[in-house]
Amino acid sequence: MNFGVILAGGVGHRMGADKPKQFLHIGEKPIIVHTVEKFALYRGFEKVIVLTPEEWIEYTKDVFEKYLGNMDNIVVIQGGAVRNETIMNAVRYIEENYGLDDAVIVTHDAVRPFVTYRIIEENIAAATEFGACDTVIPATDTIVESDDGQALSCIPDRSKLYQGQTPQSFKAAELKATYEALTEEEKEILTDACKIYVIKGKPVHIVKGEPFNIKVTYPYDLTVAETLMKGGRDV
Amino acid sequence: MFNTIYRLVKPRKFETEFTDIDLNQDVVVVRPTHLSICNADQRYYQGKRAPEVLKKKLPMALIHEGIGKVVYDSKGEFTEGECVVMIPNTPVEEDDIIAENYLRSSKFRASGFDGFMQDNVPMRRDRLVRLPDGINKEVAAFTEIASVSYHAISRFQRFSHERRNHIAVWGDGNLAFITSLFIKYRIPDVKLSIFGIDDDKMSEFTFADGTYHVDEIPEDMAFDHAFECVGNMASGTAINQIIDYINPEGTISILGVSEDPVPINTRMVLEKGLRIFGSSRSGRKDFEEIVQFYADNPEVVNYLERIVGEVFDVREIEDFTKAFEADIHKAGGKTIMIWNK
Repeated sequence: MNFGVILAGGVGHRMGADKPKQFLHIGEKPIIVHTVEKFALYRGFEKVIVLTPEEWIEYTKDVFEKYLGNMDNIVVIQGGAVRNETIMNAVRYIEENYGLDDAVIVTHDAVRPFVTYRIIEENIAAATEFGACDTVIPATDTIVESDDGQALSCIPDRSKLYQGQTPQSFKAAELKATYEALTEEEKEILTDACKIYVIKGKPVHIVKGEPFNIKVTYPYDLTVAETLMKGGRDV
Repeated sequence: MFNTIYRLVKPRKFETEFTDIDLNQDVVVVRPTHLSICNADQRYYQGKRAPEVLKKKLPMALIHEGIGKVVYDSKGEFTEGECVVMIPNTPVEEDDIIAENYLRSSKFRASGFDGFMQDNVPMRRDRLVRLPDGINKEVAAFTEIASVSYHAISRFQRFSHERRNHIAVWGDGNLAFITSLFIKYRIPDVKLSIFGIDDDKMSEFTFADGTYHVDEIPEDMAFDHAFECVGNMASGTAINQIIDYINPEGTISILGVSEDPVPINTRMVLEKGLRIFGSSRSGRKDFEEIVQFYADNPEVVNYLERIVGEVFDVREIEDFTKAFEADIHKAGGKTIMIWNK
C-alpha cells in the first residue's frame, strides 16, 4: 500500500511573505494545491497525507475544500517540530489506520509543484525494490567546501555530485525502525530523511529528477514558477 | 494541476512547458501509456511543412495516435486505471450531415492544438473510447490510423456500386497494409490485389490474393474499385495508374496525403465515369466500431502485430529524439513509444 506524504511544515520566513510559502499562488491556485493535485491524481496512492503546523491545519483544509472539493483521498494532519518528526507523524498515522506492513511512503515538499508522474512512479518502484530512494539531478554548478566560511577547503569532483530534490521514498516500517535506532546526537545532524539511512550505512537508491522540479523557496523562485506556466491553461 | 507538456518548438527540438488543468470543470485526465508516431508528426519534426505553417503551429506537442489510462474523471463515469483510446479529432459543433472529422471548425490534436506528448492529457469525455481487456497495447496505440482506414472503407461501401469482386490497393506501407487487411475482412469473398514498389513489404500482405510491382502490371489487369494509400507526389502516379486499369464506373478512394497538388488524368475519369473520393481523419463512431471490430476479429489484431516496428521506452527528452530519428530510417512498421516520461 502506497501513501503520498506532503510536507507542508514551512512557515515561509525566507519568502518574506505573510503566510507560509505553500499558500502563495502560482497562476490561479496556491502552490500546495498544485502539488497535492499531482499526488491525489496518482492512482497508486491509498491516501495522500498532508502535514502542516497545527495552526495551519484548518486553513489548509479550507483551501483544499475550495480547490479540491471533489477529492476524497486527502487527509490533513499535524506535522512535527522538525522535518523527520513530521514524517514520523505520517508513519504513525499510517500505522494506526492501515498498519505498516508493505506500506511505502513517498515524501514530498509541498512547495515542489512541478513533480511529474514518472518521478512519483519511479519513486514507488525504487522504494518497493530497494527500501529507500532519493530524487536527484546531476549538479551543474561546481560545489565547493569551506570549513571556516572564509577560504575553500575542498572542491569535490562534480561528476559525483547531485542536487537533492524530493520525493524521497521509503518502506515505512524500515524507516521507522531505522529512525528509532538513531541516537539523539545522530538525529541532531539530520538534514533530510535519506540521511537516516546514510548514517546507518543503509543503501538509498537514486531516482532521476527534473531540472524544473524546483522548490519555491525565494521570491525569485515564484517568478520562475510563474514563467514556467507560460504554456497557459489547457483544455 | 500543473501539467508537463513536451512541445516541439522547432524542427528536431523538444522543450518542456507547463499548463494548468482545471480539475473542477468536466474533464477526464488520461495518462498516456503507448504512443505511435505518424508521418504527419514527422513532417513537423523534420520541418517538412511550409515555413509559415511551422511558424503558426509550433510550439506544439506532437502525436495524435495513442492510448492511456484514466487517472481522474470529474464525474466518475470512467474508472481510474481504465484503458482508453484517445480520439484526436475534437469537434466544437454538431452537424446532422457532415461528419465531425470534416467540419472545418473541428480541432485536431498535434495539428490545431497539443498532441499526446504530455504528462497527463486533459480530454473531453466524448473523446475517449474504452479498450477491451487484454488487447495488444502496441497495436491499440495506432488505433487512430486504423480508424482512418476503417472510416474510408465505410464510406466506400456507401459510395461505390455493389460489384465488388476485385479491389486493388496501391501502396505497400502501413496504411496500405491496414486498409488491405480491413477490406479483406469487411468485404466477404473479395479478390484483393496489392500494387507497390517493395517486394519485401508486399510479401507481408499474406492475406491478399496477389501482389504486383507497379512497373510490372499485367496488361489485362482490371478491377472494380481501388484504394490509393501512397501519398506525397507519388500519389499522382498511383491515381493515374488506377485510372488506367480500373473498370468503368469504379470508385477510387484516396487516402495518401500530399503536401503539393497532384495532376490527375481527368479526361479518363470522365470517360470511364469514375467516382473519386477522399477521406481524412476519423470520428468517435469510427473508433467505437473499430474497437468492436477488433473484439470480434482477434485475428485482425494478430495480423496488425506484424506492423509493430521498433518499440522505445521513453523516459527522457533524448528518447523522443531517438524514437523520431529511428522512425525516419525504419524499413517499415509503426514506431511505438512506451510513455514513461
